[in-house]
Amino acid sequence: MPETSESPPSTAAKWYDLFSRGARDWLRHDEKVRESVRKHLPQIVSGADVINESARTVRVPVRMLEHYHFRLRRPEEQQGAGQGKAKPGDVFSDPSKQRGPGEKGQGGQDEGEVQLMLEFKIDDIVDWLWEEMQLPNLKARVGPSEDSDWVREGYDRRGARSRLDRRRSFKEMVKRRGNPAAQPTFIDEDLRYRQLARRRQPAVHAVVFFMLDVSGSMSDRDRKLAKTFFFWVVQGLRREYRSLETVFVAHTTEAWEFTEPEFFQVSGTGGTVSSTGFNKVREIISARYNPARCNIYLFYASDGDNSVSDSAESRESLTAITGDACFTGYVEVSSGLSRQLATETGRLYAELQTAGCAAGSYALNDFDDVWGAVRHFFSAEAKALDGT
Amino acid sequence: MSTSDDWTNYTKRIEELAARSGLSFHPVEFEAVPDTFMMEIAVYGLPVRMPHWSFGVRYIYQLIQRHMGNSRLFEVVFPGNPGHAYLASSNGLAENILVTAHVLGHADFSRNNLMFKRCQGQVSEHIVEHAANHARQIQQAIEQHGMQRVEAVLDAALALEQHIDIDQALRRERYPEYAPDPKTLADDSFRKRFAQLEPTAASTGMEVKKRAPVPPHPERDLLWFVANYAPEMESWERDIFLAVREESFYFYPVFATQIMNEGWASYWHARLLREADFVPQQAYVDAIKCHSDVVRPVAADQQVALHINPYHLGFAMWEKIVERDGLDGARHIMEQDDDFSFIRNHLTRELADELELFRFSARNDGHIKVLEQDLGGLHEAILGPKYNFGAPSVSAAHVRTDGTLELTHDNSVDGRGLDLERSRRVLDYVQRVWRRPIVLSTVNQAGSTLELTAP
Repeated sequence: MPETSESPPSTAAKWYDLFSRGARDWLRHDEKVRESVRKHLPQIVSGADVINESARTVRVPVRMLEHYHFRLRRPEEQQGAGQGKAKPGDVFSDPSKQRGPGEKGQGGQDEGEVQLMLEFKIDDIVDWLWEEMQLPNLKARVGPSEDSDWVREGYDRRGARSRLDRRRSFKEMVKRRGNPAAQPTFIDEDLRYRQLARRRQPAVHAVVFFMLDVSGSMSDRDRKLAKTFFFWVVQGLRREYRSLETVFVAHTTEAWEFTEPEFFQVSGTGGTVSSTGFNKVREIISARYNPARCNIYLFYASDGDNSVSDSAESRESLTAITGDACFTGYVEVSSGLSRQLATETGRLYAELQTAGCAAGSYALNDFDDVWGAVRHFFSAEAKALDGT
Repeated sequence: MSTSDDWTNYTKRIEELAARSGLSFHPVEFEAVPDTFMMEIAVYGLPVRMPHWSFGVRYIYQLIQRHMGNSRLFEVVFPGNPGHAYLASSNGLAENILVTAHVLGHADFSRNNLMFKRCQGQVSEHIVEHAANHARQIQQAIEQHGMQRVEAVLDAALALEQHIDIDQALRRERYPEYAPDPKTLADDSFRKRFAQLEPTAASTGMEVKKRAPVPPHPERDLLWFVANYAPEMESWERDIFLAVREESFYFYPVFATQIMNEGWASYWHARLLREADFVPQQAYVDAIKCHSDVVRPVAADQQVALHINPYHLGFAMWEKIVERDGLDGARHIMEQDDDFSFIRNHLTRELADELELFRFSARNDGHIKVLEQDLGGLHEAILGPKYNFGAPSVSAAHVRTDGTLELTHDNSVDGRGLDLERSRRVLDYVQRVWRRPIVLSTVNQAGSTLELTAP
């Protein structure tokens, strides 16, 4: 090619057309926020409000980070200078500007009002948490334990023909040309290919029973605590099993099976007879699940006040379930009083554990305890499974 | 040819007109750049500057501001020989003619104002290139030592960026290791007679050298002090501290003469435009309209502003001064003053009344009251945020034998104590490079002394 002696400056791309330092440093800020969110993730996500099952993401509101400087304490009253039609003694009220003048230090890091909404994939969160808390990956009692598989994740401008996403590429073409009606002509830049990423995939089938005591003594807060705990248990178990079924059972002196949305809304009155719940679970297992083909888990949340006359029957029923299940866990939610498992049901589980069954219990008094509980059960399960 | 090229036809003629009008400036290189880049220059303060996440935060605020249509940048100019001026490529012809004249006003100011001259004499006339060098050097440090470590150093250095001592040289020697010998002071007649009164003291003959304490006096230049006396700082970490410090020496005169400098540039763009008979009529009218938007004291839809537009204030003051003292007198003031002396000497009662300047008192709950007229009080209200580079008076007081650094905050100067939470965070930053404990004393709300420590 012949060399042109003059390159027109107006068309030559300057470095600042290609690279934005502001955007780079913003991304770094974003990364720092994510790091710190990640550090406090257990506290953040245990607040039940961030959980949105259908979206598979958790949205966490965060404030922008502040780079701190030495600064004077904010005074009660501060003087400033202004300009305009104002006489001594005039009074304004400026609620929007609840800050004195001149406080906007160099660079103006003062504006703390902008909130960011960070979105995290639940899968990622669970991965981080398991890593962070060094939770064991469970081994299935039946079936092969794991497998890895390719899953779709994002798009790229390069890829194999077979993974060309036509819909997406068409969109890019329209974006570029700005006229969807015109004759479609694609250029290479328009093409988008589906990306694949390798993810660990659980290989086998499992069912987890969530059994909730909804008797009169369980408050809304208790139910919410149980819900948060159950949510993260499901996420953890999903890591292990390709298909995880959930069954929701609630009981007072009777027991019913519910769908998930109903389950957490249920509130009953009257006493607590755990054996009704355990019997319901047994009934469902024998009707729908074959313990030889399917890994069974049971998590029971209750305040532990089972009626004394029921203790023999619930022991029998629970022992029968334990024989079939990978693990049975008990969380005692008693937000008011922390009795630390010194209850009827607490004692029942303690007995099972002593007898060497795969069982565990944990007292859940506050949202901060949720992760303690998750960690406790997953470690206990791993241990129990190693033993078998 | 596009419009962005048109304005360059006028550059030469505006430069000639400016020179004829008595402005004396180094050559300026003009460059039209996209708005996005203009915004970055405003965020970083320099066209190429070191990376740090805090600039990312400012960048987002700027983006938000711009989307709300609050601010528009016409030009940014960097003093030097040659100077560099960046013009927004979205500027129209009229705007660019105005901006060219404005830039020459700045170039005249930065070449002749004493504070600028002194700082440029120290930092050199090539700050743009120096800053780009610092950025490259820090990029190398990141490659060598990792983002985390470099960022920790920048967190500390940039947190202390206002804490320099502008009255000392940029390239400063370390303190003398030994205390000055008292005998060398005995030169005046009083000392000689005093020595005669007490012959034992003068004739011991023992050469006892006394180590000087570090620092020998409270040290305001925290960047310099940490870089020189931190017990275990690595040399690349010192380099980062000194790079930030050099940029602060460049920023200080820009900060401390803002009202004068913007006023001077606005005065000259208005005056040169009036005298530039070669500018087409329509462009002239557009430019004048643009001028009045820039130097307007109060937003169009408001009666009162709770801040003062430095362009307007400076412009109005220079018009009065030129009227009063003539151009030579004004140039003399331009050379000698900074904002402190400029406001105190030349913002008179009459001018303050004419400009409708007032002083107010704002409470935390948003209650604002206009105060009685008081010229001295008005000067202080304008200058208050500018003292000490806008930062509290914190100085290094002492280094203990175990390496603990004692910092003191002089609340008698600042009138109140430090914001404790923020100060604690700053100590955390600095502690990571000082690598020994740090103690900072200030006062609490009740006025009693209080010590913050890190770790």
